[in-house]
Amino acid sequence: MQWESWSAFFNMGGYAFYVWFSFGLTALCVVWEVIALRKRSSEALRLTRLLSQND
Amino acid sequence: MSLKKIIFALGLIIALTAATLIFFTHGLKYIGVNAALLGLGAVLMRQSAYFSDNFYQHASPQTFYPTAGRMIPWFAWLAAVLVIYGLYISFAIAPTDFQQGEAYRIIFVHVPAAWMSMVIYLAMAFWAGVGLALNSKLSAMMAQALAPTGAIFTLLALVTGSLWGKPMWGTYWVWDARLTSELILLFLYLGFMTLQASIDDPRKADRAGALLALVGAVNIPIIYFSVKWWNTLHQGSSINMGAAPKMAATMFEGMILMALAFWMYTIAVALIRVRCIILERERNAGWVKELSVKEIA
Repeated sequence: MQWESWSAFFNMGGYAFYVWFSFGLTALCVVWEVIALRKRSSEALRLTRLLSQND
Repeated sequence: MSLKKIIFALGLIIALTAATLIFFTHGLKYIGVNAALLGLGAVLMRQSAYFSDNFYQHASPQTFYPTAGRMIPWFAWLAAVLVIYGLYISFAIAPTDFQQGEAYRIIFVHVPAAWMSMVIYLAMAFWAGVGLALNSKLSAMMAQALAPTGAIFTLLALVTGSLWGKPMWGTYWVWDARLTSELILLFLYLGFMTLQASIDDPRKADRAGALLALVGAVNIPIIYFSVKWWNTLHQGSSINMGAAPKMAATMFEGMILMALAFWMYTIAVALIRVRCIILERERNAGWVKELSVKEIA
């Protein structure tokens, strides 16, 4: 382990803003993409179902 | 010219290009690697030429839709496991950098994101090109499914890069070759997506997008070699083909693990998206209606 304490870990040697912003934004993008895709999937399935029922 | 020959030629061109690049960057030093690459290229392409006998059968949206569905969980789980292991190595195991302190840890998202931004573009251009050459719908759909994820990774590479640049160079942005060409890559992705979205006829949109993707591919070697060709503020490659990595082994390991995690994530997400695209575009096809009754009802 590289860290003496949790606060040292969160402090990132004084670079906390840059490091956590980078990782946070990446996590946010991934979460957003997965949620957006779920919405798109269910919408596509819903419309397809609607169309096949109308036949 | 038969399908077999086209695919064989395409593969050979890719292998030859890779071999030439290595030759120009490293001379005859890696002649063994070069020979292996050419051999591998030939074998792989022989296989895909064989596969191409049934290309149209495999490449129909109808057969691919359930196949993609089965593949998604595997890649998603692989990505999850790799990212947990990769983050553990990145934060708990990899040592502090003697020059850059803890700020260097941005490397564990920045470099994999930058790699993926280029790899995804090449994959996108490849599928777009195959769609254009063989007029196969699924290839074009694959290209379309890759673009948004590629754009996200490009944006991440740019933002995390500037978050690294600020403490190390003293500035968030500088118009040097590496940064500018990566920004152009973002515009290429956005251009590809808006161009496709702006053309109503999907098959025409596929062709227009494919042309843009193929022409834009010239930007990829420019990004990759920009740190060699020009004097850039951006540091040189972290890893060079064939050469031993200059960084601590655990740093290298963390980076590779994160890159693999991003790669698996990309495949999973692109497969989910291609399934959406298939449903959206093939809604009126008989098999989609049957499927929706079976799967959802």
